[in-house]
Amino acid sequence: MRHGPSPFNVAAVALGLAFLYLPIAILVIYSFNASRLVTVWGGWSLQWYRELFHDAGMIESAWVSIRIAALSATAATVLGTLAAVALVRMGRFRGRLLFSGMVYAPLVMPEVITGLSLLLMFVALNADRGFWTVAIAHTTLTLCFVTVIVQSRLIGFDRGLEEAAMDLGCPPLRTFRTITLPLIFPAIAAGWMLAFSLSLDDLVIASFTTGPGATTLPIRIYSEIRLGVRPEINAVCTIMIALVAAGTIAASLLAKRSAVRRERAVLAAQV
Amino acid sequence: MTAGNEPRKPWSARLVLLVPYFWLLAFFLAPFAIVLKISLSQTALAQPPYLPVFDLSAGWHGLITFLRGLSLDTYGLIASDPIYLLSYLKSLEVAALSTAMLLLIGYPIAYGIARFSRRWQPLLVMLVILPFWTSFLIRIYAWINILQRDGLLNGVLMKLGILHAPAAWLASDTAIYIGIVYSYLPFMVLPLYTALEKMDRSLLEAAADLGCTRRRAFWLVTAPLSLPGVAAGVLLCFIPIVGEFVIPDLLGGSDTPMIGQTLWMEFFSNRDWPTASALAVTLLCLLIVPLMFYERLQQRQLEECG
Repeated sequence: MRHGPSPFNVAAVALGLAFLYLPIAILVIYSFNASRLVTVWGGWSLQWYRELFHDAGMIESAWVSIRIAALSATAATVLGTLAAVALVRMGRFRGRLLFSGMVYAPLVMPEVITGLSLLLMFVALNADRGFWTVAIAHTTLTLCFVTVIVQSRLIGFDRGLEEAAMDLGCPPLRTFRTITLPLIFPAIAAGWMLAFSLSLDDLVIASFTTGPGATTLPIRIYSEIRLGVRPEINAVCTIMIALVAAGTIAASLLAKRSAVRRERAVLAAQV
Repeated sequence: MTAGNEPRKPWSARLVLLVPYFWLLAFFLAPFAIVLKISLSQTALAQPPYLPVFDLSAGWHGLITFLRGLSLDTYGLIASDPIYLLSYLKSLEVAALSTAMLLLIGYPIAYGIARFSRRWQPLLVMLVILPFWTSFLIRIYAWINILQRDGLLNGVLMKLGILHAPAAWLASDTAIYIGIVYSYLPFMVLPLYTALEKMDRSLLEAAADLGCTRRRAFWLVTAPLSLPGVAAGVLLCFIPIVGEFVIPDLLGGSDTPMIGQTLWMEFFSNRDWPTASALAVTLLCLLIVPLMFYERLQQRQLEECG
């Protein structure tokens, strides 16, 4: 079967992608609609974006969300990378089953359970709810995603390089820093980005663990959506989609450039 | 580096394990113990709104009175009120049906991608993942734009003459299914694609050489070999869908709520923490079997590759 995709295969992929992208495309187009009504096209306009920039509450929420996302993504990346190294490199250790269970479970655990349990713990500890509790909750949720990404990179990785360094007398910590870390860096960067976007996106866990003064962007958008469709919300969503698209394209270009550079280095070494 | 000649693990290696271990113990496992404890308490007009509250300063005596205060009353309430039972049943029904739909829709897409040449596959996979990076809430909101009464779907259908009066798409089970299938599609396609892409194509050539029709070859060779991907996709979708809150809340109607909505309501509207906790514990018990299957699958994958 080297004949490539059949018309049926192409149609399935094309329809699938259309299904995934059409609603987003419609949302973006209607954010530029001059008319307030969704079905009526009133020509192109930027007025919803102008109104958005005067909406102080929305901007404040966006800022809270970005700070929480940056903080929790960074913490999750450190913890998640450590967990991945432990799972792939440490073989059997006591409590491994519990550890891997705790790492994988949050990936599929319904968010209402995770959110409720974290909140009840914060209450039991008498912690002030707000920025920090949401950041801790998001770190716990997203570190598992980082672990899965970094782990798959660590598995498909040539250990000969590490062994060579250690044979030449390089201490383990330094081997990790100078050999392992640069090689798994693309996965770590991808993990950070995924953690960042998941944190920016989360509604359920943030609703449970937040407190006064820490209304994140999804919480605000959610309360507005409940009141109905508004073109300003289309504008917020379009900006977020544009940021994600820009980030993803930049990341894939960087990954491609480093792959090319690596290939060149290998070629040079062979000469 | 084999395990045999390895010296005692240095402190740095232990730290690698212990830091994430303790983080997860403190912020993932310990909270469950607290949920379990509160599910055995009673509602009270107090801050926090439940009784008994464990008081460390009361010492041994305090512990005894605390333990005496615990009861299974909340679970009795859940079992006796049909609202909760119906909620669980609805969640399981929605999760089972939408997972089946996801498999039916996702399989041809994953299979199609795997049949493209190696040069195209990474791009197509990225196109499937990309919507997952945009906000979940945004994607549901996009569907409200389309499905509402004066929305695009009604507009298009009426222009085409298929409908004469606008239909109510929003606030119905149809809308819930559309939202769930749309949001979870990448979670189904990716594991299926991973399994199909790993498959040795010469097996299909061998089947064809031996006179097997393409359809028979699919059921005899491709389908069984893709089973790990099917299992991963099904679990990855089914488990979180059972507890889904946002999609039924924004797209669904006001008839039977899913269990995620019921839990949310008990907690935020009724401020009944013990009932919300008991609902969470029961939900977890329902999901423990699929969760364990999922863990096994992850473990096996790790061992196969490692």
